[in-house]
Amino acid sequence: MIRTENIVKSFGDNDVLKGITTEFYAGKPNLIIGSSGAGKTVLLKLLIGLFQPTSGKVYYDDIDLFSLSDERLREIRMKVGMLFQGNALFDSMTVGENIRFPMDMFTKMTLKEKEKRVDECLEMVNMEGVNDRYPSEVSGGMQKRVGIARAMVLEPKYLFCDEPNSGLDPKTSILIDELICDLTTRNNITTVINTHDMNSVMGIGDNIVLLKDGNLVWQGDKTQVLESKSSVLQDFIFASPFLRRLREDALKQRHAQE
Amino acid sequence: MVVTNMLYNLGRYVNLLRDAFSRPEKFSMYYKETMRQMDAIGVGSVFIVLLISVFIGMVTAVQFADQLGDSFVPSYYIGYIVRDITIIEMAPTITCLVLAGKVGSNLAAEIGGMRQKEHIDAMEIMGVNTAAYLIMPKIIAAVVVIPMLVAISAFVSIIGGYISTVLPGTISHTEYVLGLRSFFVPRYVFMMFVKAAVFAFLLTSVSCYMGYYVKGGSIELGQASTNAVVVSDVLILVFDFLIALLLT
Repeated sequence: MIRTENIVKSFGDNDVLKGITTEFYAGKPNLIIGSSGAGKTVLLKLLIGLFQPTSGKVYYDDIDLFSLSDERLREIRMKVGMLFQGNALFDSMTVGENIRFPMDMFTKMTLKEKEKRVDECLEMVNMEGVNDRYPSEVSGGMQKRVGIARAMVLEPKYLFCDEPNSGLDPKTSILIDELICDLTTRNNITTVINTHDMNSVMGIGDNIVLLKDGNLVWQGDKTQVLESKSSVLQDFIFASPFLRRLREDALKQRHAQE
Repeated sequence: MVVTNMLYNLGRYVNLLRDAFSRPEKFSMYYKETMRQMDAIGVGSVFIVLLISVFIGMVTAVQFADQLGDSFVPSYYIGYIVRDITIIEMAPTITCLVLAGKVGSNLAAEIGGMRQKEHIDAMEIMGVNTAAYLIMPKIIAAVVVIPMLVAISAFVSIIGGYISTVLPGTISHTEYVLGLRSFFVPRYVFMMFVKAAVFAFLLTSVSCYMGYYVKGGSIELGQASTNAVVVSDVLILVFDFLIALLLT
């Protein structure tokens, strides 16, 4: 579990996060949503420790992330996997070498053991047999899956995904969501996903945190979204007239069933 | 404002170097990366160094031969002057100024590109000390390989001098070789290697620093690359003077 306590982050005079207190649970996908500029990416980078908060604390289970020495922080980070918006795959390495990199750096496994683990991870994301291809030689959706495989290679306790669906078609987006959700529940990982994608919210949102102007304005799960009276949530998720109509229809249907 | 900015950058540069020279996570990975960099910096720069060096030697010899004209200075001095000017100044300084342009801009662009594509963030999150992994092997590789390039440069310049003066018949082979063997001061060779190592350290560390802290997009990356070359060149000239003062 990851817990934040009154996180404030300012860049000069600009307060980007204004006291966020929340929890992200293990074994379920935790979604951070909000419009552009709401502070999602800053919160995610704070959770990972790439930014220092102006004030407040981040706890990994009971460990205060920002009280750790650089060396201890690196130890914690070895339990963290991250899927970047742009994948951040190393262009000069093949898919197999990308996935193997964390093992090369931190383990004493033999080459054979590492290659076996690479194959397992590629199988996990349904990408067998692409070890020798370069990232530029596979599609965007495949790159995402390679990114997930690399994030999972050291069996992380915490997984962070920054906009995992950006640039993907709806069908591939759903596949990526299902994959992340499956890995999260199967391995009891604390997964935090930063997303704009409403399919993700309604599909895998077991714990949703809505940010607006640096404030946490709503928290709940996907089953509570339809019924929620929060105008900020409704304006954000059901932004188009088409989606608003869909919501009304869904609510009518639900009330009729009741 | 300029002074504050300089102090800020100096402090950040020193901190980055401190991080860069901390204990490696895994020695074998750093060794592999250092070898790769030696190949990129060393082997990748041999051709340009040879080309420049041969011309430097040729021009120095021709110009000096012209200066001598019909004076009473013995013509074998051409070999002597080409040798000393090459070893003391031309080989280390000109080679490193050129390498600051070739290698320095490349390093700044490579690391800056990694920063912009979030590769550095990805490594940080994996627990890699990125300053050490990305910078230390480059500096070590450069400090080992660039003095070798400078030695090659000195040798080739002397051959250049030979080509431009002995082959057209300005002086004889015997005179040129006599010049090369006259008044030799071994300390100058030591000075050449000191200069080469110091310049190698400066041009790689400054270029890596410029790339590591790049922000923004392609324009900023271009600026970082240019700044890497300009600052490295200025520092090479300043340290050239300081080393000359200390070792002469």
